[in-house]
Amino acid sequence: MNDKPKIIIGLIIFFAVFTFPFWYNHGAASSAPEPLLSDKAKEAKHCVRDADFMRKEHMQLLDGWRDRTVRDALRVYEIDGKEYMASLSNTCMECHSNKADFCDRCHEYTSVEPYCWDCHKYPKEKK
Amino acid sequence: MENNRRSFLKFAGVSVLGLGSLSLLDGLTSDDVIASSGQTSAEATYKKTANALTAKRWGMVIDTKKLSGKICRKMEKACHQIHNVPHHENKKHEIKWIWEAHYKHVFPGKQDEFLEERLKELPIPVLCNHCANPPCVQACPTQATFQREDGIVLMDFHRCIGCRFCMAACPYGSRSFNFRDPREAIAHENEKFPTRMKGVVEKCNFCAERLAVGKQPACVEASKGALVFGDLADPNSEVRQLLKENYAIRRKQNLGSNPSVYYLV
Repeated sequence: MNDKPKIIIGLIIFFAVFTFPFWYNHGAASSAPEPLLSDKAKEAKHCVRDADFMRKEHMQLLDGWRDRTVRDALRVYEIDGKEYMASLSNTCMECHSNKADFCDRCHEYTSVEPYCWDCHKYPKEKK
Repeated sequence: MENNRRSFLKFAGVSVLGLGSLSLLDGLTSDDVIASSGQTSAEATYKKTANALTAKRWGMVIDTKKLSGKICRKMEKACHQIHNVPHHENKKHEIKWIWEAHYKHVFPGKQDEFLEERLKELPIPVLCNHCANPPCVQACPTQATFQREDGIVLMDFHRCIGCRFCMAACPYGSRSFNFRDPREAIAHENEKFPTRMKGVVEKCNFCAERLAVGKQPACVEASKGALVFGDLADPNSEVRQLLKENYAIRRKQNLGSNPSVYYLV
């Protein structure tokens, strides 16, 4: 019994189906979005930390702010002689008042769904 | 090569050693990662706000002689507005931080047959007692509820998983559960304070966020002197002076939770 042609056809179909997502989406990937800075953020020129740190580690920073504020009542974050109230709604969103263009763009792209906004407020955006 | 027990054991031994050293290397490298990320945050420090009110053990004295229904409702309104406490129409979904109750419900163990007339109908404000020995903290499996250094029993809503053990543990019914999204039922949201989400427990926080900026709790401000807030550990504080000069009772004292809210009757 020689089933070679059948097996090969089967294999070809299998690989075609298996790799379908790869070649179907090939070239369709959109480039990583750039977060837009609000006018106030542009004016300020520097954030709590440098842009590179904020890009990579803003989530750790916010985690630290959250834990120290809630659990230890340490609400002031001091760095390089500058003091900031460790508050998402009242410090971050003061400058970055454009949640849709600043936060959501990248979070959507990376399909991250932070649950900050279930409780914390963000400024209403003027369109 | 002949495959005998001796060579098999040798091979197995070397393999285990090899794998072991691999995971050791792994551990070393990840330690480096931790150390370096720790370094970047070392230059930043956290501290208290400059005008924060501090104490060893925050407590409250409620003078029932100065109370009226009007004052109680004013306190409730002030508290609930500032903390974005929702007002659900359905009683089953009610959320309360501070509310008024009657003597027989506030002090069920102190029901005298011939109780002073005044006390029978008097509205008495009740809130979280911020116990020195809080049963809710012991019950919480995630440490979402914890006791701060200054004695305040606080909720970390980020950690609450909504199991409601704390509600079962609290002898005072000071805790409410968000069966529904609270944002549906907040008329005027205070933008400076977060709301909660569906599925977490909430309760009075002794205005921890106001103490941090040097303000007295909202209910104390609204109480026209009926409520006094201060440090129970400081013998010269106003609360201790009041307790020295007046007979005060506490709720369900026999349970051993050691409440920090005293009532002058």
